[in-house]
Amino acid sequence: MTAPAHPQHAPAPHAYVSPIPVRRAHLGDALASEWTKIRSVRSTMWTLGVMILLMVVIGLGVAAIAASSEVSMDEETALGFGFFGMLPASICVITLGVLTIASEYGTGMIRTTLTACPSRARVLTAKAIVFFLLVFTVTTVVATLVALAQVALVDAAEPSADEWLRATVGTGAYLAALGLLSLAIGTIIRHSAGAITVMIGLLLLPLVAALFMFSVALKSVQEWLFTYAIPSQMIALYSAQPPFGEDGPAGWEPLLIMGGTAAVVLAGAYALLNSRDV
Amino acid sequence: MIEAVGLTKRYGAKTAVYDLSFRVRPGVVTGFLGPNGSGKSTTMRMILGLDQPSAGHVTIGGHPFRQLPNAPRQVGALLDAKAVHGGRSARSHLLSLAQLAGIPAQRVDEVLGVVGLQDVAKRRSKGFSLGMGQRLGIAAALLGDPQVLLFDEPVNGLDPEGILWVRNLMKKLAAEGRTVFVSSHLMSEMALTADHLIVIGRGQLLADMSVKDFISANSADFARVRTPGTEPAQREKLTTVLTEAGGQVLSEPDGALRVTGLPLPRISDLAHDADVRLWELSPHQASLEEAYMRLTQGAVDYRSTDDRLAHLQPPLQPGQPGYGVPQQPSVQDVPQQGWYAPPPPGQNPYATAPQAPGHAPAPAPAPGPYAPQAAPRPSDTPKDAR
Repeated sequence: MTAPAHPQHAPAPHAYVSPIPVRRAHLGDALASEWTKIRSVRSTMWTLGVMILLMVVIGLGVAAIAASSEVSMDEETALGFGFFGMLPASICVITLGVLTIASEYGTGMIRTTLTACPSRARVLTAKAIVFFLLVFTVTTVVATLVALAQVALVDAAEPSADEWLRATVGTGAYLAALGLLSLAIGTIIRHSAGAITVMIGLLLLPLVAALFMFSVALKSVQEWLFTYAIPSQMIALYSAQPPFGEDGPAGWEPLLIMGGTAAVVLAGAYALLNSRDV
Repeated sequence: MIEAVGLTKRYGAKTAVYDLSFRVRPGVVTGFLGPNGSGKSTTMRMILGLDQPSAGHVTIGGHPFRQLPNAPRQVGALLDAKAVHGGRSARSHLLSLAQLAGIPAQRVDEVLGVVGLQDVAKRRSKGFSLGMGQRLGIAAALLGDPQVLLFDEPVNGLDPEGILWVRNLMKKLAAEGRTVFVSSHLMSEMALTADHLIVIGRGQLLADMSVKDFISANSADFARVRTPGTEPAQREKLTTVLTEAGGQVLSEPDGALRVTGLPLPRISDLAHDADVRLWELSPHQASLEEAYMRLTQGAVDYRSTDDRLAHLQPPLQPGQPGYGVPQQPSVQDVPQQGWYAPPPPGQNPYATAPQAPGHAPAPAPAPGPYAPQAAPRPSDTPKDAR
């Protein structure tokens, strides 16, 4: 090094040592930090508040209409009505999932975060866990309350234990997995509006496109889209048999599909987050 | 201790930082200077492991940042005061960072007190002024009570009281034995705060030396000599004598002579021997700000449009007024063109760190010392002497 070695530039005899006890930070610290972050911004309260409102109002509204209807439900259970609240709720979950990470990119906060914790994987893991648990808990509780009300209101077949589980825990887990997918897309795209647009498109466009596939040549594509589009998967979650045609997901299978998709995309998000400049 | 070796960062075709090597030592405030877009922030981000260098490496205490054990307890940084979520209160923001780094929560209230934000701790940082934002950023840097501190433009937007506070804070932190690395584009501020300077331009190292050396190496000292205006012959005579004695003499518009390379007593002696009366013999020093502008003139990326127009105009004939300074047409005797054209690579005496410590080049020793000397505001030159 060629810099002049003046006496005043010699290292201080004793390097500074902080009196605050030093301990290695771990994932638990990152979880606490992410919990502080997610509960200290209003967008969390807004999106979750709107989600709860939509699930309750739409769930009870549909149940009330069905209850006043003369037509008998036959062998159907009232739990299937949960779908109508789940679809709008998923838009809120998508928004929150994207914002959890993309807002850090939008504000530049991500640089502060990654300076405080150079382990990028730990940050993303903590975000994913905190977000998943929050959304899973809230949606499961709300879905359970709404399902109880729907079953009580509507005169229909008695649901089995498995149906109850899918309509409550299954709904919560599916929405939380969809949120994880949004979180991963947000990590990859790093832009709130862009990532939310992509996710809303992914949610709705396949069905809309399938609606207009009149050509016979596109029949197979149309069927595939009708079977595997995210709203179709949500309906399938409430049904023991594939609701569209002979094959396709039913029961717990949509949850596996969504969980698998989220895991794959999240793995890509990890790889990109680790290698990219922030 | 921060050590960069051959640090290079390319964004596509643009090279933001090229082959930058320097060392930041503990115990002193090291200023990191450069014009806008010269690569200061990019370098800071590479130090913090946020950007991956295209070549070379940078370590803190011997480790790359991302491999540092307990990084937030060893390094604190203010990169961008706006790098906070505006919807979060100051306290929540700092709390989340403290939790992430495993720092006790009471430290949050401590640093809020240190930066003077305790009264607005519960307010959302969206409503903060630029100065309050800077204070919040400084609080985040101090959170881990780290040994190495990086501040990117910490005084931006601060009021005079805040600037003084930051200045004293930096000095205090360095005096405690910490490594303090402060970037700025304000030479005047750095002259007061820093002990050591690292100057870059267009991503390349221009200078790495103590502030004292920087001043003596880059501020052009000269003597102004005035002979009786009624006797032009005396002026001619003195010019010849001074030139023969090894001085460089240039004519100033009002008839005074600008002399470099000769100490004042020697000029006086020579004049006396030549039987020339002097009406003025005064020492002058270009300000540090001008020294810095001269050093970085070739490395400024963002110039105003007026300058660009000047480049587009047909070449001026010798003897015509200099580039785009029509309001001062009479200064042409002191060459002005030097500050537009960057000196060719290798010819800028300040382009590299001095090879021999304490061997700072004497003011204007080389031939043509005025070529890069004239500052953008030539008329201010003498008055700005510090």
